[in-house]
Amino acid sequence: MTGEVAVLGAGMHPWGKWGRGFVEYGTKAARAALADAGLEWSAIQSVVGANTVRCGYPGQVAGATFAKALGWQGARVTSVYAACASGARAIDTARAQILSGMADTVLVVGSDAAPKGFFAPAGGERPDDPDWLRFRVLGATNPAYFALWARRRMALYGDTAEDFARVKVKNAAAGAANRYARYRSPVTAEEVAASPVVADPLRLLDICATSDGAAALVLGSVETARRLGMARPVRIRAVSSVSPTHPRTALDLPDIATDSAPPGSPVPDPFRPSIARAAYEEAGLGPEDLSLAEVYDLSTALELEWYEDLGLCAPGEGAKLLREGATAPGGRIPVNPSGGLASFGEAVPAQAIAQVCELTWQLRGQAGERQVPGARAGITVNQGLFGHGSSVVAVR
Amino acid sequence: MSPTRVPVVDGWFTAEGGEFRLLGTCCRDCGTVYFPREDAYCRAPGCAGTELAEVPLSRRGRVWSYTDGRYRPPAPYPSDPERTWHPYTLIAVELTAERMVVLGQGAPGVTVADLAIGMEVEVVPGVLAEEDGRTLTTWHWRPVPGEGPVPGERRASEERPVPGEAS
Repeated sequence: MTGEVAVLGAGMHPWGKWGRGFVEYGTKAARAALADAGLEWSAIQSVVGANTVRCGYPGQVAGATFAKALGWQGARVTSVYAACASGARAIDTARAQILSGMADTVLVVGSDAAPKGFFAPAGGERPDDPDWLRFRVLGATNPAYFALWARRRMALYGDTAEDFARVKVKNAAAGAANRYARYRSPVTAEEVAASPVVADPLRLLDICATSDGAAALVLGSVETARRLGMARPVRIRAVSSVSPTHPRTALDLPDIATDSAPPGSPVPDPFRPSIARAAYEEAGLGPEDLSLAEVYDLSTALELEWYEDLGLCAPGEGAKLLREGATAPGGRIPVNPSGGLASFGEAVPAQAIAQVCELTWQLRGQAGERQVPGARAGITVNQGLFGHGSSVVAVR
Repeated sequence: MSPTRVPVVDGWFTAEGGEFRLLGTCCRDCGTVYFPREDAYCRAPGCAGTELAEVPLSRRGRVWSYTDGRYRPPAPYPSDPERTWHPYTLIAVELTAERMVVLGQGAPGVTVADLAIGMEVEVVPGVLAEEDGRTLTTWHWRPVPGEGPVPGERRASEERPVPGEAS
């Protein structure tokens, strides 16, 4: 174990399509997190921004962008990019600064104003960029990759389109009780089945939307939390930052092919389970100790995959776990009580931070209607493009 | 005059010698195979190899998974917005010898209804699009004749509205 840091404050800007700039959303989320911590902005010693991609300036220097928006006050400033894992990398950077004694109070911010439609690479001719190539050569969108995995689950494990729809129904019901979620209406299985196919077998309501949104945390040492009068702060006990190991044999975004693993080469170690494994090892706990999990449900089928990769059930048994109601509110291990990406949509640099905001509120008992009773430990997990594993364990 | 035929990416496939093949590279030191080709260095963590030889990949493999694209993908995919969008099929194929999965579009007429995981497919030359007066060539996967359902006619597909908000 490397030591714990305390969550001093958590804040969000509601998700949606608001038509304004990402700086505005991030600044509002930051102010909400500062207010939650009971700290003045001037008391923050370091700002870590999770970058969004805006072809350069200013999205890619998010730490400085937010520091300027809140008012230059001389704090240390850092900006990080790790695609979907950007928020988790920002949290990890803040944690390293706190544990090393470089800073006592760190503001972490992620925010985005996403374009409508498919995510697409920036313009220009870039045949050395795998993300450009998969669009250029194959037209392979993100949902196409989600669909390849969904189809594979159907063939290997007997998952059905109805199972996938159940994930949406569950998460939409949870999101309806979350004032920060973009979609706040229940969804029925019939509505999922009636939505258009985007990439067979996945339909529009199986796939998360792109959204505007922002989330922020104020992190500090456990001593700082006590000094601020927080007797039992939520503590971050692990941040998993693993990369895959060679040969990587799971076809995934944005690759056109997997690594080759001919006979005699090392036994491939699948990437996604290794993300959670690293988090459990660092936190000194296991799936049986969890009260809840926030997982990256870019597609309904992917949520089932995460159940297995988190060790909540054996490989192939994700749909069974769902059907039993174990991952629903009131179940043995509620998954995405926030409503998940199904209810929020995706604001890339904010989402991993938003997941930790949800853990914080759940562990403090402040989640209202969607509260998991007696929550003591939670995990978040996502996977950032280009090999960024991301998982956070928080406890109280 | 017929349009010039150019590969969508140089050096990824060839029909030299009469047989169409995907081209990868192979590390001379450790034997690791790469597609898309890696020409500068080997990416195996324990290998410092910098000499990679061009190798043709297996011509046939088995379907690992498949899907289709019901909405027009964004640029840089070459697609004329003035023309009706026809869904393409995307097939991930497992090559036994290389133990590697390679994505590709299905040959014209191959739909998801024609495919099953584990089915044998082969690589064939294909056309990706006409663009700027050129014909962009590519590779396609198609079921091996006589080894499964016969590909049906391309399904008629209406032009679809804005591609939702699928990320």
